[in-house]
Amino acid sequence: MATGGFPLLTVLTFVPALGAVAVALLPGEAKRAIRGVATGALAVPLLIVVGMLFAFRYGQAGLQFVQRVDWIPAWHVQYFLGIDGLSLVMLLLSALIGVLAAIASYSIDQRVKEYFVWFLILQTGILGVFCAQDLILFIFFFDIVLLPMYFLIAIWGGPRREYAAPTSQIYTFTGSVLMLVAFLAIYFLTGAQSFAIPDLPALISQHIGHGVQLLLFAVIFVGFAIKLPVVPFHTWLPDAHVEAPTPISVILAAVLLKIGGYGLLRIAEPLLPVAAHTLAPLLGVMGVVNIIYGALAAMSQHDFKKLVAYSSVSHMGFVLLGIAVATPLGIAGAIFVMVSHGLISAMLFLMVGVFYDRTHTRELSRLGGMYRTLPLAGTILAFAALGNLGLPALSGFIGEFFTLTGVFGSFRVLAFWTVVGLVLVAAFNLMLMQRVVMGPVRPEWKELAPMSARELVTLVPLMGGILLLGTVPAVLVNVINTPAAQIVARLGGG
Amino acid sequence: MIAVQGVPLVDFLLLGALLFCVGLFAALRRSNAIMILMGIEVMLNAVNINLVAFSRYLPRGGDRGQAFAVFVLAVAAAEAAVGLAMVIIVSRRRGTIEIEEISDMRG
Amino acid sequence: MLNTPPCVGSCSEFPRLPRAGRRGADASTVCAPAAAPLGAEKAVTCLLSLGWLVPLLALLGYVGHVFLGQRAKQWSALFGIVALALGFALSVGMLAQTIGGASIDVSVPWLSMGGINVPMGFSIGPLQAVMLTMVTFVSCFIEIYSMGYMKGDIRYNRFFANVTLFVAGMLTAVVANNFILFFAAWEIMGLCSYLLIGHWFEDPANGRAATKAFLVTRIGDVGLLLGIWWCFTLTHTFQFAALPGDLAALHLPAATLNAIALLIFLGAVGKSAQVPLQIWLPDAMAGPTPISALIHAATMVAAGVYLVARTYPIFQMAPSALFWVGLVGAVSAFIPATIACVQTDIKKVLAYSTISQLGYMMLGLGVGAMEAGIFHLLTHAFFKALLFLAAGSVIHAAGTQNMHEMGGLWKKQRWTAATFIIGSLALAAIPPMSGFFSKDAILAAAYVSPDPVFYWLGTVAAGLTAYYMTRVVLMTFFGSPRSEHVYEHAHESPAVMVVPLVVLAVPAAALGLAAGFLRHLLAPGYIKPDVGLIEFVPLLFAIAGFLWAYALYTAPLARRAALLRSPLIAAPYTLFKQLWFFDHAGSVVTYVLGLGPSFVIGAFDRYVVDGLVNACGSLCLWLGRMCRRLSVGNAQAYMLTIAVAVVIGLVALQFQAMGG
Repeated sequence: MATGGFPLLTVLTFVPALGAVAVALLPGEAKRAIRGVATGALAVPLLIVVGMLFAFRYGQAGLQFVQRVDWIPAWHVQYFLGIDGLSLVMLLLSALIGVLAAIASYSIDQRVKEYFVWFLILQTGILGVFCAQDLILFIFFFDIVLLPMYFLIAIWGGPRREYAAPTSQIYTFTGSVLMLVAFLAIYFLTGAQSFAIPDLPALISQHIGHGVQLLLFAVIFVGFAIKLPVVPFHTWLPDAHVEAPTPISVILAAVLLKIGGYGLLRIAEPLLPVAAHTLAPLLGVMGVVNIIYGALAAMSQHDFKKLVAYSSVSHMGFVLLGIAVATPLGIAGAIFVMVSHGLISAMLFLMVGVFYDRTHTRELSRLGGMYRTLPLAGTILAFAALGNLGLPALSGFIGEFFTLTGVFGSFRVLAFWTVVGLVLVAAFNLMLMQRVVMGPVRPEWKELAPMSARELVTLVPLMGGILLLGTVPAVLVNVINTPAAQIVARLGGG
Repeated sequence: MIAVQGVPLVDFLLLGALLFCVGLFAALRRSNAIMILMGIEVMLNAVNINLVAFSRYLPRGGDRGQAFAVFVLAVAAAEAAVGLAMVIIVSRRRGTIEIEEISDMRG
Repeated sequence: MLNTPPCVGSCSEFPRLPRAGRRGADASTVCAPAAAPLGAEKAVTCLLSLGWLVPLLALLGYVGHVFLGQRAKQWSALFGIVALALGFALSVGMLAQTIGGASIDVSVPWLSMGGINVPMGFSIGPLQAVMLTMVTFVSCFIEIYSMGYMKGDIRYNRFFANVTLFVAGMLTAVVANNFILFFAAWEIMGLCSYLLIGHWFEDPANGRAATKAFLVTRIGDVGLLLGIWWCFTLTHTFQFAALPGDLAALHLPAATLNAIALLIFLGAVGKSAQVPLQIWLPDAMAGPTPISALIHAATMVAAGVYLVARTYPIFQMAPSALFWVGLVGAVSAFIPATIACVQTDIKKVLAYSTISQLGYMMLGLGVGAMEAGIFHLLTHAFFKALLFLAAGSVIHAAGTQNMHEMGGLWKKQRWTAATFIIGSLALAAIPPMSGFFSKDAILAAAYVSPDPVFYWLGTVAAGLTAYYMTRVVLMTFFGSPRSEHVYEHAHESPAVMVVPLVVLAVPAAALGLAAGFLRHLLAPGYIKPDVGLIEFVPLLFAIAGFLWAYALYTAPLARRAALLRSPLIAAPYTLFKQLWFFDHAGSVVTYVLGLGPSFVIGAFDRYVVDGLVNACGSLCLWLGRMCRRLSVGNAQAYMLTIAVAVVIGLVALQFQAMGG
């Protein structure tokens, strides 16, 4: 664990916040300048992460780029940032999605300044979550994420935003409070003089009994399960998605849900390995329920965006399954699914936006024949939907295939039900294509504006990423192999 | 215990309690803002009577009670000044100082 | 896109390829002509080591379509055609070398994930070389034909792009040396069939047919995936070459091996449209006719049979699984043949005949005659492609697929009719056409197998085949025209469509000559069982079928109508006409297992799960409202509360003091 050196992670995390200050100082009418500054402030973290890809030592276990100073000495809270391979891929994903979502946000025309201020604060929170190695610092960033989300949905959202924004807010905040309680319990029960994640596992196994560990794991799990989301804690997600503006939906699906999976891998599993081991079959069952339940629910939706939202629920089941398996293959598969779903769901939500901007409806029964009217948009939607259903050569397949390879070795029955779920996943994706892309052209959609260059700019990098990860998965897998092995080693150690 | 010209402490306290009740009644039941302010003044002065009486009658009372009474008078003056100023503004803007009619911020 | 490991740059580099994975994954070449000089041997290896180039060429054709196709207008078809023609040339070269006994299996490292190593690579042996040759040849001519058939289509370039990708998928599946690449190619084929069946998606029925095709084959994929994972869990390899040996070395119980083999077979059942998953294939007729030819002959359905052949060593370890392969094959040969007898859509007849013929192939595999099944796959590919393209030519000319509106087209479409009849004879297994030799080999093997029911189902189906093909030929090309309009409109198709017909007719007629050669190539040492005169029993059935159909369909219409009224005929007629109620059962299953639960879950989610969440919220709001009653917003009321509370407190204190 190397300390000192240039505080790269601090810069990475707080450049968007500085950008927020800069945007706040600009006059509200200077929309172009605001957009430019905001995009710049979001591009800096992306450049830094890309730079770190070269400096990162992939084979090395443990944290890198560490920065560790006291923050609130009275309570032993530290300002402790550091990343391993898992954090690195999450940072890359969120930095990339941040830039693309910012470009997609250019279509926002009301209260632009406020919008980008909240957006930039949101991005600081996200990046911070993936860097934080101290529980209190983690909660700090976790809650920073919540607040801008509320305003971004409540101000720029759809017609039911006044229902969706508080609901999702209260729901996820409940999760964060639960986690905070569990973290404090760990602090007091172990008598640890630290909240730093690497310090805690040994103390926990010494000082906390098995039953209490199970309870703590359950509490932390519920906190992250709300975020992931796991059935039955998922109902905030479709509402939030439907009401959120397109770029915010993109961030929500592509990045914020991953905080749930990341949290399980970073905090719940390493801190409470015994409990994780005991509850693994339960997690596995919940994962399968997620997959099947999400797919069936998606099939019954009439709203384009809600369907995609439930598809997220379904795919997060694979993450949970991979975590439950707790072999290097399962964990690596779960991480792969997270990244791949980040790219694919971002594409899908962007495409929802593309069609909504032109037709002003998300009713699936009112769309149709879009391949004829908008061939390019139809093709891109088909690409995303096919990625979503796990077509080989696209990234979704690799994650699901290898996660399930791992699952089959541990929970054979679950693997069977998961594959049944795969048929349902295919079914709702094909139904989506059938209803949006195929079918006769409706007279009201005969004349639609073709896709703009700006829309393509947001989509093409995602398509490239999906194709790259689908054909040369090694580029990602080589990064996540080490952290996956490390997580499993800690589990074994417990 | 030395009585002040034969008046026992309890009489002062009764007077204070009576005045306090009068003031409280005014503050609670009247709807005219000025009357409420006056009720509050009466209550404060009821307290003052208590303070002064105790300072005179308690064996080691000294003049602390009287000092407090002066404090209370000063605060009461300030409060009356601010309160009356607000009442004047309200009366100018609304043409009334009936508090029932200026309850806009009521939830 | 999904294949092409960064493989050999030149021949000399070949031995220095990075060695990946476990022993099965290592590069291994067997060069047969030991007596040949060293240089020649090297050349042999070299050509085979370019095996990956065949699918890559097709893929490049696809890329060409995608990026340059729009600009190339009607010449865009050439991207695919040239790519496939080059692939064919290469395949022929490789076939020539495999005749000498050469084979190759090359892998490069692809992925190392969570402690497992997954190499990627290809292998070429006699089976692969034969398949590559057939697939490139047939699909190349299908594309040439499509230039005429699809002329002026609104999505002309998209059509050719998807066809080329489809063929690339098939070629990749053929050369894949491991399950992952195979499955990837397998799914790409599923995708392309989906896109092509839904080519004219403006009609929602076509879209539904496409979705059905994808989902039904996906059900088969469930089995295949589980089979793959089971194999991997046991042996830690995805390599075809290593799997059987590793499985055998584990001395697994027979039940496990049977289960694995049956799971893999389930994938083949879905892809090759075997009973009971055959329901997607007739619906797939919604696509343009050349696509039907492609799906039914060279790709897609052939992939299922190829899968069983590729993993045949696993099946050989699992006798019960082989029995099921044979049984499913025999039933699939028989049931669709009966359905084909009552169809009126010319393409539907051919579709059901395809299922039936695939059943024969599975039957051959099931009774241990792998090379006979593959031989039938090859002959069938040629004559079925020919039949579909000829039928397409008829449809193109007549503007209808309903045979009741055709008739007498012989006079208008001599070439089409002649080639169609050649294809029909081959399909009906009339000597000396190719179909006779391949079907005969299968049935002979079935006859000596312990389960005679296989043989008899196959033989009866042979009679039915002759019956329905005679019926099609008579209704389409002979007799008097039933629809003046159609007849007036009909004309011979352009040369670009007729030439492929003629070219395909040659192997359809003459491939039987290669029977001995192929047997030697694919299964050296296998001797076709000598069954004496029994060999001609299926032929007798075929002739009987022909005569019956001839009698019926040259007789007046009233005679047939009268026949239908007799209960003996009417009952099976209804059964056949209703497709043995498989589609009804399929709909029921869809509702019971898919749409029904989806509706229930959707409602459950909205009202129960979200209802509970909202109930929590409502409870809090209600509590809040209750509390709000207390705070009326009147400062005087608050003060009163305070005063009362203070009084109560004081009184309480007083009581306490007195009590104390």
